[in-house]
Amino acid sequence: MAESQAEFAIRVTDLVVGFGRQTVLDHLSLDVRRGEILGLVGASGGGKSVLMRTIIGLIPHGSGTIEVMGQPIGGPNGRSRAATWGILFQQGALFSSLTVRQNVQFPLRENLVLSQELMDEIAIAKLEMVGLRAQDGDKYPSELSGGMTKRVALARALALDPPILFLDEPTSGLDPIAAGDFDALIRTLQKTLGLTVFMVTHDLASLTTVCDRVAALADGRIVAIGPMRDLLQSEHPWVRAYFHGKRSQMLQPQMR
Amino acid sequence: MTPEPLLLATPSGDVLKLRPEGPWIAANVTRLETLSRSVGAEVDRARAITLDMSGISALDTLGAWILEKLSRQAASSGRPAEIVGVADHFGGLLEEVRQVNRHTPPPAATSSPVLLKLNDLGKATIGAREDITIFLQMLGALFMAVAGVLRRPRSLRLTSLVYQLNRIGLQAIPIVVLITFLIGAIIAQQGFFHFRRFGAESYTVDMVGILVLRELGVLIVAIMVAGRSGSAYTAELGSMKMREEIDALSTMGLDPVDVLILPRVAALVIALPILAFIGSMAALYGGGLVAQFYGDMGPAIYIARLHEAISVTHFEVGILKAPFMALVIGIVACSEGLRVKGSAESLGRQTTTSVVKSIFLVIVLDGLFAIFFASIGM
Repeated sequence: MAESQAEFAIRVTDLVVGFGRQTVLDHLSLDVRRGEILGLVGASGGGKSVLMRTIIGLIPHGSGTIEVMGQPIGGPNGRSRAATWGILFQQGALFSSLTVRQNVQFPLRENLVLSQELMDEIAIAKLEMVGLRAQDGDKYPSELSGGMTKRVALARALALDPPILFLDEPTSGLDPIAAGDFDALIRTLQKTLGLTVFMVTHDLASLTTVCDRVAALADGRIVAIGPMRDLLQSEHPWVRAYFHGKRSQMLQPQMR
Repeated sequence: MTPEPLLLATPSGDVLKLRPEGPWIAANVTRLETLSRSVGAEVDRARAITLDMSGISALDTLGAWILEKLSRQAASSGRPAEIVGVADHFGGLLEEVRQVNRHTPPPAATSSPVLLKLNDLGKATIGAREDITIFLQMLGALFMAVAGVLRRPRSLRLTSLVYQLNRIGLQAIPIVVLITFLIGAIIAQQGFFHFRRFGAESYTVDMVGILVLRELGVLIVAIMVAGRSGSAYTAELGSMKMREEIDALSTMGLDPVDVLILPRVAALVIALPILAFIGSMAALYGGGLVAQFYGDMGPAIYIARLHEAISVTHFEVGILKAPFMALVIGIVACSEGLRVKGSAESLGRQTTTSVVKSIFLVIVLDGLFAIFFASIGM
């Protein structure tokens, strides 16, 4: 048990989630190793976001167990998990009435007792770590570009230095250059901070360049998991269609 | 369970040896701050500093930053700290933290409070001018839209108009009736209570009749409509603006004024006089009930006194104001809705502005009408 705790950041076993009569996740099992970047792919509306939201406790699950850093999720002790994980929502979900700096400070202010001076320094440090400047701290979310919004949201997700980072389509809505930069940033931060990253994405370039392993979700289960090379060889019809469809074919030369 | 973080300071000769131990992570931040402050004076005194990192069991950005701050404090007076015993897996993080917070942002320019007030005043003046411009632009756009409809009556959005009439007219009747009924009853009660001293109770009916028909009926209803329907218009149009629905309409070659604003304002202009009439009747009814149960005046006498006291002129004066108030409410609500920008906060601010401004303008308009009707002898 102690060994598995050390090895896996997230363990999902036999998970069932449904809404009404519709079953979205059907006896799904997935392990995320510590210190890896796992990419999750799946059809739109196929349950990727449901899986992520179930792991972070936003959606209650039927049967099955979820363990994050060895602690079960959805148990009776629903204490704050802000220190366990940081989440980058697809649209950033920055608080529009707070400045960038206050957004980053928010988790610190709510969870810890520390001086305003240190809080300011930490916020600026985080902003600089995600590639922004200290001056950007006084802006409001409505004044930011798409790429900057994602970076601020990442800084906020990392405010408490959580061991696990969830990313929901981090590169959607970014141009290829910005998306590439963001991928590189995630890779760098993952290395420096020793993060485990769980990334829901459709971006084939991100899957190839930053993900250590890729999991494919189809029909409510994980149908294939492994490094990108293995997934490209997969015989599962949906996975084949996903990686060998017309759009993916265009990227194939670069992917090899 | 988890060991407390420690910071051991051992002076050996001129060298101060700092040895942080235990988990230097965000969860312990309160203690870490105390620790780093407690050695601050010693760091300032020491000739040279060694930072021995070998005792640290866990380190995150926050802990690394606090240590980095200590080493910068030493370095700032020309005694760079020597850092030893860094575990491999912390090396990258410490290196990263060394890069940050190097450039202090220039402090925001502060100016005198008087200047700031003057600045605000100037901005408010320009804002007021802008408000008037926008109001007139919207009025003009509405006239153009009405002219378009008169030329081609089929271009009127009848479905939308009927839907809005139902929403802001029919569905508003219960609350309008309730409030105006209560207001009528209260005025009548006050009248009976105070006029009784002079034995002038019967004049209460004159007061209720004239006040309700000329002023209060329409004013109360207009204020309620501004709060109930004006705010809804602003919020609706504002969220449509936020989600680019209005831009989508324009790109399809449709004028948002024709499609969205004209039906809404027209519905207000039609519904407000009707609501004002219903409201006035409810207020008179409330006054009548009070007359019977509080003023010992039977319904027959009440109606007879009303008949003597009021003429159709009073009713006209009241109801003539209603469409103009509706126009003002509609224009303010719609133009504030279109001024919403990207954020949720801006939607809230614009909705508040819309209600405050339309109620203010309704009251100003009522005053202007009072002057006008007095001077033409109505």
